[in-house]
Amino acid sequence: MTTLTTPAPAPTPTPAKTTVRPVRRTPSVGRIAAWALMAVIVLVTMLPFYWILRTALSTNAGLAADPTNPLPVHPTTGGFERALGLQSTKEAIAQGGAGGGLDFWRYLLNSVVVSTLVTGCQIFFSAMAAYAFARLRWRGRDTVFGLFLAGLMVPAIFTLLPNFVLIKQLGLVDNLLGIALPTMFMTPFAVFFLRQFFMNIPREVEEAALLDGAGKIRVFFRVLLPMASTPVITLSILTYITAWNDYFWPLMVSYSDSSRVLTVALAIFRAQTPQTGVDWSGLMAATLIAALPMLVLFGCFARRIVSSVGFTGIK
Amino acid sequence: MTVASTSPPLRRPRGDGALAALFVAPAMLGFLVFLLWPTLRGVYLSFTRFNLLTPAEWVGLDNYVRMVNDPIFWDSLTVTVEYVAINIGVQTVSALAIAVLLQRLTQSAVLRGIVLTPYLMSNVVAGIVWLWILDTQLGIGNEIIAGLGFDRIPFLADETWAIPTIAVINVWRHVGYTALLLFAGLQAIPTDMYEAAKVDGASEWRMFWRITMPLLRPVLAVVLIMTVIGSFQVFDTVAVTTAGGPANATNVLQFYIYGSAFGRFQFGYASAMSVALLVVLSAITFLQYRLTRAGHTDLG
Repeated sequence: MTTLTTPAPAPTPTPAKTTVRPVRRTPSVGRIAAWALMAVIVLVTMLPFYWILRTALSTNAGLAADPTNPLPVHPTTGGFERALGLQSTKEAIAQGGAGGGLDFWRYLLNSVVVSTLVTGCQIFFSAMAAYAFARLRWRGRDTVFGLFLAGLMVPAIFTLLPNFVLIKQLGLVDNLLGIALPTMFMTPFAVFFLRQFFMNIPREVEEAALLDGAGKIRVFFRVLLPMASTPVITLSILTYITAWNDYFWPLMVSYSDSSRVLTVALAIFRAQTPQTGVDWSGLMAATLIAALPMLVLFGCFARRIVSSVGFTGIK
Repeated sequence: MTVASTSPPLRRPRGDGALAALFVAPAMLGFLVFLLWPTLRGVYLSFTRFNLLTPAEWVGLDNYVRMVNDPIFWDSLTVTVEYVAINIGVQTVSALAIAVLLQRLTQSAVLRGIVLTPYLMSNVVAGIVWLWILDTQLGIGNEIIAGLGFDRIPFLADETWAIPTIAVINVWRHVGYTALLLFAGLQAIPTDMYEAAKVDGASEWRMFWRITMPLLRPVLAVVLIMTVIGSFQVFDTVAVTTAGGPANATNVLQFYIYGSAFGRFQFGYASAMSVALLVVLSAITFLQYRLTRAGHTDLG
């Protein structure tokens, strides 16, 4: 919540800046214009988040009566109650919601399970493979790695339909495992990314441990993997965000509550338009519920996430 | 697989075949089953008639012939290209502007964080939020437009506005990420080049064109390849805002593929269109890759 209630900093951040940079000259027109542009960018970026909160806390009747009020109109938690299925059908309809409730707690749990499974397994298995590609000597290593790299070229959309057919044949449609499975073992990018890191660890580190009589498996788990904690955490966060936000694949695979994740549930909630018009306050409350975990994650790891973007994107 | 205790030779490491097999096995399984096999199978299915219920039936080039003669396919390809052009155009210019502002104006990590925030949202969330902001009756966007004395714009319900609107919504979500990629590239440019230029009396504008742009070009090219490929696969935002409408105006390729497969159970035809999309993307990658190679700079 706290990340949301402070949306846009005041559009005059200049005072803070003057303390950082000693003033060499009076700020030029260009500089002022640049700061103004920056302020506009910040505003456009952050205002929608405030607007979600403001709408979620309003009543639908209030929104219709006073659409431009910057504060919540007739503040209420009704929207959240509807989104979480805590209101009776009668109550929900009276407040402009749809009759059928959705159980967002359940989808939240599903999202957590899928994202955790994908991130944990994918990074672990990719790290093992990356170690083998970077540190072990075996025949055909470069060929196999080349094959993995070629996998980077295949766009996700292309494998989705055949993968659906496969998941269906495995009997895993409408199952959380079915959602997680295709990305659970590896992505070419994760292998590539971690291999780069393992390549740069000096041989001596490994050899010292081997001299002490440790086996290579032990060296991997006790020495190299702990050393790789920084890239592993970086990659984990980005993988988690990606898995959490995925919509297309879960949409294909899940049909019922048992495997529905937040993104899919949100789209369904949006499609359940009641007779009277869209339930904007309920919809924004649901949107907030779907977005909040990522905002909290960002709140905890902001610096790391921000610095990892440039790190991962350009090879 | 039982390795360990026998002291391993140190100076001249021999092969670790068995151990490597163990370590690569899970990733290899994932690669073969969920990447390689589906790729081959997707190509195979494109030559079949297949509805999931009965076994795939080989029909040769039928799906491709149908595709070439399908006006909706060409429409959806056109719409997709239009989307990509607007999305990439607006996004690249804005991201570049943001990246340069972040570099030349301030090194604030807080600002970088703020710019990245929309990237944490799913496309579904971004789509729904802007659907509300741009709502014709009650959306704050249209309220402001009306307040300024203009006519309200049915952004997502109008054939001409829908695609540009969806393109710009996705710019909102992705521009921060792209800007930070470019910012990372800018960080590699030595600051003394700017200092020297400043001593020579160069303006910021001149420095941008003479220093920033030439040295950033290789990074810019890589970022462009990534974003174009991502942009071609637009689906989520369309699905939650317009669902392909009005009158197929936002029926992007991936949406059409999805509809053919799951709406009409024509998996063979949908696969053929996926192959077409794959070919388009490969051609773009190849082309851009060649152009990137041509664009190396001193900083390399």
